[in-house]
Amino acid sequence: MIIYFLVLILFSVGVYGLLSQKNLLKLIISLSIMESAVNLFLICAGYRQEAEAPIMSLGQSLEVFVGHSVDPFPQAMVITAIVIGLGVLALLITIALRLYHRYGTFDITEIRRLKG
Amino acid sequence: MSLIVKTIARWVVGFIFLYGIYTMVYGHLTPGGGFAGGVILACAYILIMLAYGRGFAFRNLDWRIARALDSVGGILFLTLGVLGMILLMDDGAFFFVNFIQRSLPGEPFHLFNAGTIPIGNLVIGIKVMGAVFVGFALLSMVRVYEFRGERVFESREEEE
Amino acid sequence: MFELLALIIIFMILAGILTIETEDLVSAVVSMGAVGFGLSVCFILLRAPDVALTNIVVEVVVLILLLRGTIRLGEKTVSGHRDLAGLVSGIILVILFLIFGIYAGVEFPRFGEPGFLRFEDSASWYYLREALSRTGAVNAVSAVLLDFRAYDTLGEIIVLFTAVLGSIALLRKKLKRDKEQ
Repeated sequence: MIIYFLVLILFSVGVYGLLSQKNLLKLIISLSIMESAVNLFLICAGYRQEAEAPIMSLGQSLEVFVGHSVDPFPQAMVITAIVIGLGVLALLITIALRLYHRYGTFDITEIRRLKG
Repeated sequence: MSLIVKTIARWVVGFIFLYGIYTMVYGHLTPGGGFAGGVILACAYILIMLAYGRGFAFRNLDWRIARALDSVGGILFLTLGVLGMILLMDDGAFFFVNFIQRSLPGEPFHLFNAGTIPIGNLVIGIKVMGAVFVGFALLSMVRVYEFRGERVFESREEEE
Repeated sequence: MFELLALIIIFMILAGILTIETEDLVSAVVSMGAVGFGLSVCFILLRAPDVALTNIVVEVVVLILLLRGTIRLGEKTVSGHRDLAGLVSGIILVILFLIFGIYAGVEFPRFGEPGFLRFEDSASWYYLREALSRTGAVNAVSAVLLDFRAYDTLGEIIVLFTAVLGSIALLRKKLKRDKEQ
């Protein structure tokens, strides 16, 4: 249970960074930390005590494999989520570059004031 | 970049490429799969671009060709899904049915096995390699600088 | 193993706090790399080799993108907190979030007994039992990703394609129009 609480603290570190920083790149990095925490939480929820990875070995019977493996379903979903996070981050960096061209700064308080 | 970096990059990039192809093709037997293999393949091209400059890397793989690989990979994956549905129309088929495994099954723990799963891994690997390479090439072709008091946003596509 | 996992997550938390509070942008990106590396080690300890491999390669590409794309051009780097109201509201919201998280965490199953052990008709039993006989793949995660749940993989391909398309559309050549104005 402590593991879940520690992952929750990691997520809230990301939330705190998102709410309190001024630089646009720091916001992007905080978003990446939040994503890592959520992926870790999903894999922790599928862990089985004293079990192996969901890959069969040579000469292993089916009952031993089913009785001794972790959940393969969240692992597939987390692989999808990691690659989607990569695509979203590339798009965010492009948007940040465009904002720098338009306003000349990465500061979000300045961007709010200089309309035009 | 210095001579040491260029020499090491030239020796190592073949091994990185081979490791990426191995991770992609053996995705149904060992951990890995299409996504990790595709990103490793893109990392090989990124290494060449960082060590030798943009012009040399674009002579090896132009970013327009990578963009075409990206689109072709998506279309091929969709074709793989629809083809099974068309071929097995009267036999209880659904979207993304494994039509190769139903007609020609192989033996477990062999390479030519598991139907459309290795083909799907290859197609996804090509697509992810194209996407990551285009994303990196775009960011290195763009420059924002000051020109006579105003900011200029320039995207250069020719050689430096 | 439980203690080692907790220790690595505490290391990740400390690296995350360092990432947010530091003023230099290069240090922030390097600390983010430390968080990603600790995450890959956690995935190996939790018996997920597929996920660890994918995470570490994607982490390397993210680091290269951040360093190469943006850190190069900041002549003046901006750092520091927002105004005081933003900082205080951030802290209050985080404390509220933690309190509600503790309330929700009591209802969870214990660490080490996943949800699919309680229900006999769960989807994971089906995937584990039928992976070899129906698909012929030895890696159950690949069978789930590309045969049982291939529609989700198609959705992910569409998302990647859209992200690349959006990037290309935002970074076009605008030299002529800027010079005219």
